[in-house]
Amino acid sequence: MNIDTLNIGDELPTRDVECDVVQLFQYNAALWNAHRIHFDYPYATQEEGYPGLVIAGPLMGDWLSQCVIEWLGDHGRLVSIEYSNRAAAYVGEVLHVGGIVTAVDPAARTVSVELYVRNDAGETITPGAAVVELGAG
Amino acid sequence: MSSLLTPELLAHIGRSAPPHRELVTRRDIRKYAIATGQRLRKYLDGDEAPPMFHVALFWPVVERDEIAPDGVAIDSFLPDFPLKRAMAGGLKIEYARPVFPGDWLTATRTLTDIYEKQGRSGPLIFYEVVMQVTNDAGDAVLTETTTRILR
Repeated sequence: MNIDTLNIGDELPTRDVECDVVQLFQYNAALWNAHRIHFDYPYATQEEGYPGLVIAGPLMGDWLSQCVIEWLGDHGRLVSIEYSNRAAAYVGEVLHVGGIVTAVDPAARTVSVELYVRNDAGETITPGAAVVELGAG
Repeated sequence: MSSLLTPELLAHIGRSAPPHRELVTRRDIRKYAIATGQRLRKYLDGDEAPPMFHVALFWPVVERDEIAPDGVAIDSFLPDFPLKRAMAGGLKIEYARPVFPGDWLTATRTLTDIYEKQGRSGPLIFYEVVMQVTNDAGDAVLTETTTRILR
């Protein structure tokens, strides 16, 4: 990766993710998050009215960070990342993670990217953005 | 003009929770890396923490009487907002240095803003919490800004 060959509109490699109930359990266990919408199906559907077990919001944010750092490799560092959880996703859904270059600053050696988690309906449920700084050479 | 935000509530802006110090272990990094589906070896092996590992490191660990019936830890740092139902919010993280096993990190959370907006189906309260994470040498590690919406 070289700052001179990066262009606005370049796409980051996309990844499909499907969080199953085991992964969702492990994620919330790693956090020590006992929110029942993530593991108690009768509670999530009957008490809170969700169609299924809810994928944790920050897990979607983590997928966005992985999209950036896997693309960046050893060529630089993550300066900042931001995202917002606009809509929920549920266990069993296949989600699509990706991004696109929105700005390249050769003087500062920084690249801005826009990021997304989309569902199968094509709806962006977690939009995000990140800035990376490329190393010299 | 603002109906929900009393002066008493707004007086909480600027307040900080006591600093929270935690040890980063290889085991916890590995658990987090596996649970999030990381594919880079350095994270799966626990040699370095993935960028959002601090979310797990500083998730509140509270005793059973501080857990609400829905399983959520009651955050005594936040004021008693007149709207209760939390909607998903947003998060921004600015990184200063990477995190490795053996690091002791300290997080300080500050309530930096509370404001109200009119939503389509009624009023919404927004609040913003900034968490500053430093290492034992006092160096900045990262700053996380969380915005939450209540309806």
